[in-house]
Amino acid sequence: MTRASKWFSKNLIKIYAFLGFTYLFIPVIYTFVFSFNNSVKSNLVWRGFTLNNWKNPCAAPDVCSALGNSLKIGLISTIVATILGTLIAYALGRYSFRTRSASNLLIFLPMATPEIVMGASLLTMFLSIGVSPGFWTIVIAHVMFCISFVVVTVKARIASLDPRLEQAAMDLYADERETFRRVTLPLLAPGIAGAALLAFSLSFDDFIITNFNSGNVNTFPKFVYISAQRGLPASANVIGSAMFFIALIVVILGQIVGKRRRVSA
Amino acid sequence: MAFLHAVASHGSKSAKKRSRIPYLLLAPGMLWLTFFYLAPLYKLLQTSTQTPGVNIGEFVQTYRWANFIDALLNSKIQFIRSFQYAFIATALALLISYPLAYAIAFKSGKWKNVLLVLVVAPFFTSFLLRTIAWTQILGEQGLVIKVLRGLHIIGQNTQLTASAFAVVMGITYNFLPFMTLPLYASLERIDPRTLEASGDLYANGFTTFRKVTLPLSMPGVVAGTLLTFIPAAGDYVNAEILGNPGTKMIGNVISARYLQIVDYPGAAALSFILMLTILILVMAYVRKSGTEELV
Repeated sequence: MTRASKWFSKNLIKIYAFLGFTYLFIPVIYTFVFSFNNSVKSNLVWRGFTLNNWKNPCAAPDVCSALGNSLKIGLISTIVATILGTLIAYALGRYSFRTRSASNLLIFLPMATPEIVMGASLLTMFLSIGVSPGFWTIVIAHVMFCISFVVVTVKARIASLDPRLEQAAMDLYADERETFRRVTLPLLAPGIAGAALLAFSLSFDDFIITNFNSGNVNTFPKFVYISAQRGLPASANVIGSAMFFIALIVVILGQIVGKRRRVSA
Repeated sequence: MAFLHAVASHGSKSAKKRSRIPYLLLAPGMLWLTFFYLAPLYKLLQTSTQTPGVNIGEFVQTYRWANFIDALLNSKIQFIRSFQYAFIATALALLISYPLAYAIAFKSGKWKNVLLVLVVAPFFTSFLLRTIAWTQILGEQGLVIKVLRGLHIIGQNTQLTASAFAVVMGITYNFLPFMTLPLYASLERIDPRTLEASGDLYANGFTTFRKVTLPLSMPGVVAGTLLTFIPAAGDYVNAEILGNPGTKMIGNVISARYLQIVDYPGAAALSFILMLTILILVMAYVRKSGTEELV
């Protein structure tokens, strides 16, 4: 074997992984690069570099009101779904009760149902009881599909907790409530934070269920979908890229804080 | 497996408490799912057997179960196509993700956490933006098609966008992290000493992979393929943006019947057929792969 082919076969898996990451990131990089495009109306052809799009991210009509709606819906849905999901996860992880398998099934089913079926069924129900779709029907829908993912994420964290830590707290005369507040909850916090982040990104990025249940209310994905038919404005690229970097920073900060806490604990 | 695990850890875990508290903890979330997941499905089932009434857009309950047969016969092609695309995309995602997850779990050293963040990072850019980006990357103005035509890999008139290739590529792309993360989770749990032991017993790299690594990572393979296949079969956004009229999937039909043609019963019947087909396939697959614990 030549030296080159030896190197190649030794690093084959790494080369393969690099190609995998390239595939994942090509559209992200493309979106970012074209956020600097000096575009007129549609953003299809490269017309030169400009910072104007980043200076006026709200240049395209309606894009920022749609973004505002998405952020509000994401925030409310995340809070509600995280609370409801964490309560369920705690019940499943720490108690025994008769309806366990039925509960597990009800949590699994939404994850196994195609989004279009959930979107269509919710709209059918809203229309039949005379609720016109809008902001709150989107929130209701988002909470519904986020709960299961929160339960799964937090439950995994509960399963990895050592129950002896809670027993130790009880042995030190902490009552059940104090044990939960001062021992269990802080230990669960990283799992709950991860679940909340997941819920927010699911809500923020959802298009299919939202499209069925939004009426006239615009969200960012809906804006992208509708304006793509006429040519996507560069503002959309700016907002998409900005969200990417903000989320990346949040995740990295979370990891650093997590590491610090582990070191100091 | 789960049962054995429970027996093994019985000694260390305190007996689970039994009281009214769990029902109080479960109630809010379960009621939400009952009212906004189960009740709508029931409503959808009712709608699926209705027939058009006197006025346009009005439907009356006639328990016409033949709606299901009509709906299926009318969109048989799109139905079969959806499952074909979903199968191919899931297989491709597995082929791409397995080495990726393997590299992150065993070959990344101190970069492990960074690479894991990179796997989910594309999610932070809206999936619609990324899908639209593909149409431009593969489109007539893009670099890819010029290079491929220049090298005569494809004909001068062959298009990459608006094709079945683009749709399957888009679906594969969109659900790749759903495949990679569970695979990584199951690979990461493997004790490296089991791999060493296999080597000590004179297994070569390939045999170790086939007899030790792959079987131990099966829970990840099952979870990843399910998380990819289920949304892929119901997807219509990729077919809408990257496809042409000949690549329409069942999701496109349901969406059009619901939002454009206003044929609620037909859309409802198709939704149920899609959901039941997926559930049956999932149950059969899970039973065959021997993984009972799903949630």
